[in-house]
Amino acid sequence: MSPESALAIAGAVRRGERTARSVTDAALEAIAGRDPELHAFLHVAADEARTAADAVDRAVAAGRDPGPLAGVPIALKDNLCTRGIPTTCASRILEGWRPPYDATVVGRLRAAGAVVVGKTNLDEFAMGSSTENSCAGPTRHPMDPTRVPGGSSGGSAAAVGAGLVPLALGSDTGGSVRQPAALCGTVGMKPTYGLVSRYGLVAFASSLDQIGPFARSVADAAALLEVIAGHDPLDSTSIDRPAPEIGRSLDAGVDGLRVGVVAELLDDTAPDVARRVREAAEDLARSGAQVEDLSMPEMRFGLSAYYLIAPAEASSNLSRYDGVRYGLRVDGPDVAAMNTATRTAGFGPEVKRRIMLGTYALSAGYYDAYYGKAQRVRTLIIRAFDRAYERVDVLLGATAPTTAFPIGERTADPLAMYMSDVCTIPSNLSGHPAISVPFGAGDDGLPVGVQVLAPALCEGRMFQVAAELERAAARRAADGERGT
Amino acid sequence: MSEPPTLGRDDVAHVAALARLSLSAEELDTFTGQLARVIEHARDVAALDVADVAPTAHPLPLRNVLRTDEACPGLDREEVLAAAPDVEDGRFKVPRIVGEAP
Repeated sequence: MSPESALAIAGAVRRGERTARSVTDAALEAIAGRDPELHAFLHVAADEARTAADAVDRAVAAGRDPGPLAGVPIALKDNLCTRGIPTTCASRILEGWRPPYDATVVGRLRAAGAVVVGKTNLDEFAMGSSTENSCAGPTRHPMDPTRVPGGSSGGSAAAVGAGLVPLALGSDTGGSVRQPAALCGTVGMKPTYGLVSRYGLVAFASSLDQIGPFARSVADAAALLEVIAGHDPLDSTSIDRPAPEIGRSLDAGVDGLRVGVVAELLDDTAPDVARRVREAAEDLARSGAQVEDLSMPEMRFGLSAYYLIAPAEASSNLSRYDGVRYGLRVDGPDVAAMNTATRTAGFGPEVKRRIMLGTYALSAGYYDAYYGKAQRVRTLIIRAFDRAYERVDVLLGATAPTTAFPIGERTADPLAMYMSDVCTIPSNLSGHPAISVPFGAGDDGLPVGVQVLAPALCEGRMFQVAAELERAAARRAADGERGT
Repeated sequence: MSEPPTLGRDDVAHVAALARLSLSAEELDTFTGQLARVIEHARDVAALDVADVAPTAHPLPLRNVLRTDEACPGLDREEVLAAAPDVEDGRFKVPRIVGEAP
């Protein structure tokens, strides 16, 4: 039996055919049954979830609108602040911290009737591509426990991929929603920078971070994005204009749309992944899109630029963990010694690497050679996108260079791990939206994601193409089952 | 054009101290090897001649955002202090910051 869609659940709850409580209890039961093996969750908020579900059921009984996601269980990456519910970023430095406020997205979800069932595992402070850099240990891939779910939002991807919840939120700084979505066979997207408020998202690299949805279908992802998108006065980088409508364009098809297949998002990927992207492009052409190959050579510098810019911003953002106001404190004879002892004990190796890399890139003598150059390369990448979007409406490529890789394969070699983000990083540098849609499997039988990229605030067009790819993938799966 | 700088053990020790991280000798060796590879990879960017390209710090054209100057509720003080490692008289308590008076 395939798990229910979020929209089907919300419809049934809104019509009074099912109670939010029964849906929530079923999700909690599924988590209790499967999560000991999967380890997608760091904290299950069962009591809070039941209380929230009961409130939805009371609204329905009283004839009040319970919201568009009424009774839909949702999991949140554990770098999103939840008032009174532990928020750890999978770091010892925040172990046991209960924030005194909710992230804006959490408030929006509650207002929409969604039921937060728990907090999911991640690479510490969202730094990683496999969820192995968690102080609580790795999450396992839902289809193969010897493999990673991707990262850094691996817990959210695995929870949705395993069918424990229909929806989850993650954060995407260099691909941390899209890459695990691709590896776990779910839909995952990064909105235009500024479309979704970052208030209450624990900061990693502030000019790159965006919160994004995981779902099992494009329509569910669109519904979740519509709930969380919109201006927030509490985030000074929030775009102050109405959020684009997304769900209406899902059935519009792709007739006449111009699609560019990007060589740089294909050439360095494994042959079985590249083949699926080619098939996706063929299917779009068959549905009436004008497909052309194009090249954006500047993208080749994206990985280097990102691994200077993101650590630089992280080294600044993470200076707040000083053992004074919240989280861990390891005592020392004076403040400086206490800071050092706290940070040394509280941060794991990858976070230390990023902090040191960023401090190096920003320090006197190296700033111009590394950080300054990376910022200029960021401009070149934005210009490359601008040129491409003069020719085409959307871009197409792989989401990740390979399918899910074995646990432990890349942990000793940070650079090899960083390569997992090569196809997703450009959209973070440019601030543009991008979505990963499941499209068949690799030679190992594990899911492959195809990525659709669009200009800023063109989420509607992007989801339109994503929905077509979803239908094409379903047709191919059905043909495969019939043996044609 | 001059060669981009490389990263060595002394650099890692220096930035660790700046970032208030304490590393063992063994950690220093491991991190130096790993970070040197990342910086080595970044030489493709460092070697580019992009002097005539303006830097991008942020994907949006940023402007200062001010709210109207009206009093509004903030976080509850007790709730905030409850999360602190050490407090005294409604304030965060920290170890000695400056030396004893002479």
